[in-house]
Amino acid sequence: MSAVLKVENLKVHFPIKTGGFLNSTVVPLKAVDGVSFDVGAGECLGVVGESGCGKSTLGRAILQLIKPTDGRVLWLGENLCDLAPEAMRQKRSDLQLVFQDPLSSLNPRLSVAEIIREPLYAADPSISRGEADQRIDEIMSDVGLLPEMRNRYPHEFSGGQCQRIAIARAMVLKPKLIVCDEPVSALDVSIQAQVINLLRKLQREHGLSLIFISHDLSVVRHLCHRVMVLYLGRMMELADRDALFAKPLHPYTQALLSAVPIPDPALERAKEPLILSGDLPSPLHPPSGCVFRTRCPKASPKCIKEVPAVEVLSGGHQIACHHWQD
Amino acid sequence: MALFQSQSDAQLKLMDAAVRMRGRSLWQDALERFRRNTAAMGGVIVLCLIALMSMIGPLISPYTLEDLSWEAIGIAPTMTNSHWFGTDDTGRDLWVLTWMGARVSLTIGVMTTIVAMSIGVIYGATAGYAGGRTGNAMMRFVDVLYALPLLFFIIILVTVFGRNIYLVFLAIGCVEWLTMARIVRGQTLSVKRKDYIEAALASGVRTGTIIRRHVIPNVIGPVIVYVTLLVPTNILVESYLSFLGLGVQEPLTSWGVLISRGANSLETAPWLLLIPATFLAITMFCFNFIGDGLRDALDPKDR
Repeated sequence: MSAVLKVENLKVHFPIKTGGFLNSTVVPLKAVDGVSFDVGAGECLGVVGESGCGKSTLGRAILQLIKPTDGRVLWLGENLCDLAPEAMRQKRSDLQLVFQDPLSSLNPRLSVAEIIREPLYAADPSISRGEADQRIDEIMSDVGLLPEMRNRYPHEFSGGQCQRIAIARAMVLKPKLIVCDEPVSALDVSIQAQVINLLRKLQREHGLSLIFISHDLSVVRHLCHRVMVLYLGRMMELADRDALFAKPLHPYTQALLSAVPIPDPALERAKEPLILSGDLPSPLHPPSGCVFRTRCPKASPKCIKEVPAVEVLSGGHQIACHHWQD
Repeated sequence: MALFQSQSDAQLKLMDAAVRMRGRSLWQDALERFRRNTAAMGGVIVLCLIALMSMIGPLISPYTLEDLSWEAIGIAPTMTNSHWFGTDDTGRDLWVLTWMGARVSLTIGVMTTIVAMSIGVIYGATAGYAGGRTGNAMMRFVDVLYALPLLFFIIILVTVFGRNIYLVFLAIGCVEWLTMARIVRGQTLSVKRKDYIEAALASGVRTGTIIRRHVIPNVIGPVIVYVTLLVPTNILVESYLSFLGLGVQEPLTSWGVLISRGANSLETAPWLLLIPATFLAITMFCFNFIGDGLRDALDPKDR
């Protein structure tokens, strides 16, 4: 599997003003801090972590909707961070985004056809009305919407249908990579399954790469080939799905997985949960050394002093922890 | 996959007939709510009648705007010799004057509002969407213009270019767009952070198209309400400009001119003040009712 997207040491820092009017200082909020990974053609990479760990920022930084502070985003070998706005605009037909809240991601004043037509015109203003209409009909039936619904408006649809419209809008340009930012967390469970199966079907049929941002581990397990675990803007562990779920190495991943309920009362009662104490520290004042050390059961003096380097193990398993072998 | 397929089939059967109808946009919903609002619809009807009369009123009367008559100075309203609203102190027929004044006042109200709206919406949406330093600089410029007194500005314009009805359009429009720009900027700031704007950016839609297709249609609701309240304000502004002798020029007249002259002969000929003032007040009420109705119709949550 060749990598289409390579992210190297990506950093997104937001300047935050603190202090009063006279003695204000700017402190960087490190939303994403030195994350590297790659995504192969037709691969689905899951990105998991708790709220506020920089998942969404990472997705937007890859698409250059937020300018990264440092690092490189190589799309087919070309660094997107260096492109001028107009050059980047032309690349956008390859890279698309699906949002968490399906209703707010659709303009309430436009009909479904107008919403889906917009990327077509943006990519190619000379496209004929007939051809655009034909492609809209095709993509609507692809995502399981009746083409007859084309003149209806977003508020006339349910959440799941709105998410299908959003997926149709992302798919209509036949992109090569879609960043899905928690696309199912606003939907109820039966609709979640439909939308996820739809994404999987589209991914297989079109050889699409997906970056699937989620905090729902069972969804990630169902859909993704590889999984990356983020904590406070840093990568903790990155591994193949089966390796990660069978034998998580990082203490944070272990805690995350042990928090997933098992749908069997006997097993659930027998399981000894690994519960983390405390909250996510403020990204304005991250802990020194390893960012996870304040909540880590294995923390040692070494973790306070040194930032753990990312070790690459066999099978491409990557981990950033001093004590994973203990 | 099977679940998704059967769901799709079921939907197809259930909604087969219903689905083929056209969708109803938010605008159509709002229009429906507006139609059910009696006060607002009454306002529309009365306003249409006044506009219609301003067109045909002067044609019904046997007199014209220029007819001065020594025999008919200061006649009270009467049915006998076609001076239905009476005459003024130069013997001109007040019926003709009132409807000719309505033409000018309504035109000024609508035209100045169009000028103010065009400048204000484009400027405000751009400032709000650009944000940051550019947006701030644009709004500070608005603040500076706010500090400029309206009358002072208009007196300068009139002295430089002479009295001219088009100048009045321009002068009032150029001052009233400031508030419009502020309203639109505030609305734009809140719309700008919506996901659909980001989705459009991610699809490579150009900035101008985003402002035109996504920002303006979603901020236009409060703007329309403000517009209906701005029309009567501008009619009033024209009245006091005319009252001060800076507005339209004789023999052309407006409600403001009529009221100002009527005020001088209040004791001897009260109808000269009362008739145009009544029509001005009715027009104000109509626009305000329409504005209220539009606000309720466009934002049903806000009631």
